[in-house]
Amino acid sequence: MRFEYFQLIDRIVDLDLGNRTIRTQATVPAASTIFEGHFPGFPLMPGVLLLESMAQTSGWLIIGITGFTRMPFLAAFNQAKLRSFVKPGDTLEITAALAHEGSGFARTTAEIRNDGRLACNAEITFRVVEFPNPEFRQHMEEAAAALAFPKESLANG
Amino acid sequence: MSSTFDAVANIIAETCDIPRDTIKPESHAINDLGIDSLDFLDVAFAIDKAFGIKMPLEQWTQEVNEGKATTEQYFVLKNLCAHIDALVAAKGA
Repeated sequence: MRFEYFQLIDRIVDLDLGNRTIRTQATVPAASTIFEGHFPGFPLMPGVLLLESMAQTSGWLIIGITGFTRMPFLAAFNQAKLRSFVKPGDTLEITAALAHEGSGFARTTAEIRNDGRLACNAEITFRVVEFPNPEFRQHMEEAAAALAFPKESLANG
Repeated sequence: MSSTFDAVANIIAETCDIPRDTIKPESHAINDLGIDSLDFLDVAFAIDKAFGIKMPLEQWTQEVNEGKATTEQYFVLKNLCAHIDALVAAKGA
């Protein structure tokens, strides 16, 4: 994770377009100014950032399903539950599955496991629209490469 | 039509926390019931799932924006239900 770039996942481990699922990995930084305030003497990964990491994971799934033609923007969380504490240095496995691909929107179910234990889960809704401009899409292509997005799976999916 | 309306009205009532008895076939989802675009995504999700369809919301929105259709044609509930029935029929054809 790179908090300063709002990059909440480190690597796309698996993208299965047939089953419409994705698995990513993220390691919480061992140190960050965020932990100075959240909380002094008891550093915890903020729950809103856990939700964001599930949203980013889901977002890459939707980008894969739409073949890099559309951009998902976070719209809503349903049934979000923060089930256990996540601490600096923890390595997380984040998974998401497409629950529905609507016209102009999509919904996923996502969860985070921390050392095998369910830490967080939610249903997430996105508005799915054309990329706002070519520069935006180019940025996402570069971000995908940095996360090891398996672009070869698009051709096979 | 009536069973479609009942299903849609129940979805709207549950999803948007609107009293069921205020939802009529003549109700406009936006103008009368006050459903905003975000809440309508939840409604659309539930309708798509319930009827096994994919309502073409983007196409409808584009038609309204281009002046080729009115919001009443798609968002007055009796009209919405007619579109849903047509989509269900097309799926089974």
